[in-house]
Amino acid sequence: MPTPPPRLSLTADPKAAEGEIPSETLDFLLALRISMSASSDDDDRIPFSRRPEWSDVSPVPQDDGPHPIVSIAYRDDFRETMDYFRAVYLADERSHRALDLTTEAIEMNPGNYTVWHFRRLVLEALNVDLHEERDFINQIAIRNSKNYQIWHHRRWVAEKLGPEAADEELEFTKRILALDAKNYHAWSYRQWVLQSLGGWEKELDYCCKLLEDDIFNNSAWNQRYFVITKSPVLGGLQAMRDSEVSYTVEAILANPQNESPWRYLRGLYKGDTDSLVSDNQVSDGCLKVLKTNLNHIFALSLLLDLLCYGFQPSDELKTVIEALRKTEPDTSDANLATTICSLLETVDPMRSNYWAWRKNNLPFQVC
Amino acid sequence: MGDLEAEKHVKYILSAEKKKDDFESLVLEHLRMNGAYWGLTTLDLLHKLEAVDPDEVILWMMECYHQDCGGFGGNIGHDPHLLYTLSAVQVLALFDKLDALDIEKVSDYVAGLQNEDGSFSGDIWGETDTRFSYCAICCLSILHRLDKIDVEKAVNYIVSCKNLDGGFGSIPGGESHAGQIFCCVGALAITGSLHHVDRDLLGWWLCERQCKDGGLNGRPEKLADVCYTWWVLSSLIMIDRVHWIDKDKLTRYILNCQDRENGGISDRPDNAVDVFHTFFGVAGLSLVEYPGLKSMDPAYALPVDVVNQSFFGK
Repeated sequence: MPTPPPRLSLTADPKAAEGEIPSETLDFLLALRISMSASSDDDDRIPFSRRPEWSDVSPVPQDDGPHPIVSIAYRDDFRETMDYFRAVYLADERSHRALDLTTEAIEMNPGNYTVWHFRRLVLEALNVDLHEERDFINQIAIRNSKNYQIWHHRRWVAEKLGPEAADEELEFTKRILALDAKNYHAWSYRQWVLQSLGGWEKELDYCCKLLEDDIFNNSAWNQRYFVITKSPVLGGLQAMRDSEVSYTVEAILANPQNESPWRYLRGLYKGDTDSLVSDNQVSDGCLKVLKTNLNHIFALSLLLDLLCYGFQPSDELKTVIEALRKTEPDTSDANLATTICSLLETVDPMRSNYWAWRKNNLPFQVC
Repeated sequence: MGDLEAEKHVKYILSAEKKKDDFESLVLEHLRMNGAYWGLTTLDLLHKLEAVDPDEVILWMMECYHQDCGGFGGNIGHDPHLLYTLSAVQVLALFDKLDALDIEKVSDYVAGLQNEDGSFSGDIWGETDTRFSYCAICCLSILHRLDKIDVEKAVNYIVSCKNLDGGFGSIPGGESHAGQIFCCVGALAITGSLHHVDRDLLGWWLCERQCKDGGLNGRPEKLADVCYTWWVLSSLIMIDRVHWIDKDKLTRYILNCQDRENGGISDRPDNAVDVFHTFFGVAGLSLVEYPGLKSMDPAYALPVDVVNQSFFGK
């Protein structure tokens, strides 16, 4: 069978790209996209060698070493830009034309640390209005929102602008998150802005809005936890627990197969398993899910945890589990926790080893 | 499904290293040091490292070395950064040529990037991330110079990035992500601090990363990608929970991501291949003990014999 032609999926749809952390790859694929889009403007571009303001500079080609394993052939305009960049970098020329040159170099490949470093030195030396620099980043970030250097550069600028920048920085991450609500860089940056520059007041509303858009968005759940536990205006985890549990149980009932709220629910009782076990909202939530025909895995799993922590199941709960057991013939007579483990082995076969391990490691006095 | 196209992958790596006129080499220029690590480690796992002349590679690498500070750049003439310094040290370890380094100088550079709170910056510009904690700790451990940093503070910082799901993020409060989890668990493993990990909780989160297609994703509700094979599996191995996933399904997923004609492995079936995913695919197969491959050390991200050589002189 002939192999289908490969697709450059990462370049086609950054939303589908899942490589934020390995990112160097993504950096280069995204940079590739920029190079490609930049190449459409090739006709308008005047080479540095024909620009009068650069006539006094001799470009410095990339040194591939004394015995190059490979000499890389670069595309002409990129190579020329980098050759001129090397020249101003080596001469440490902190001038306006050097700043413009880094702009061009960054537009061609925003993943190069050295170009960004040098740009900061030039910005400092020229005492440039950093609001203008922020406009430049706005422009370039939309197309390169998973590039580490851009976010770091943005933070450098915002740090210098101080608390007055908080609103604009939160707006900026909002724009990026509107394109990809799980962008890891944008979330890290947003957390930094909140903690360093402020702007907590509307953050819980923002989390609610994002979860309304997509209740499966784990990044938004993570941010919600961050806000609940760290916001100076909300009173902390304990104060928020009751209302948060209601919100979470509601989200679970709407989509019991959604991993995030189940973990969030456990997180709300961090270090306080007694409250987790005794709060009826939690066990009732499990029961409600188990009475539906929907996905039971996470409800069974939480119930298993509750039993391991000493939870005493109601008769109704036992009856529901018993009914489930009957639809799964392969379970033997045993206590409730063992039955749940057996059920999970059957309904979640990919992780059957995990559930078998849980079954073999139940606490001595479990129900 | 078929088997691992080992010979074709070797050819692909060797040709990628020699490629001239394409976009990939153009935009990879600034991270060529990482590329060298990915490509050469893959060759070693496939028992074909001898296809490369170590002297040529080392000569080029030493051109990327900054004598003034002790760090390595991503290519000749590029600024030093912790990411590239670790790759350089790993490649030298692969060739058993760590003696080419001024070990004191390099380890001083790495140690100098530790911040007051125990975290590490990637370079002098101060970007902080648990990735850099891993880079520093792994690097110093290979160089036998962990005593140059405050290990306790470094560990405490990593622990401060632990989340409610047992995973770790890039900074305190950052969402759990398989890539960051590898970095944090790896750093904790190297420093003998795995007791800070809630193994069962994290193990369950990690095995929930296996999707219906058998591949692994990096966060809930995201698509599977071959690179997560490495990050999830290595973490599971370090905390001794790798038997909780379905290895056969995962193996099939990786093998389905091969370009059977020209070699190389992609992120997902039928996508374009690259050196990065080829490395993570082959390394992942090594972790599930696919026949014919060298064993990979999950913490140091180097073949086990290389790690043994570096620590026990074979």
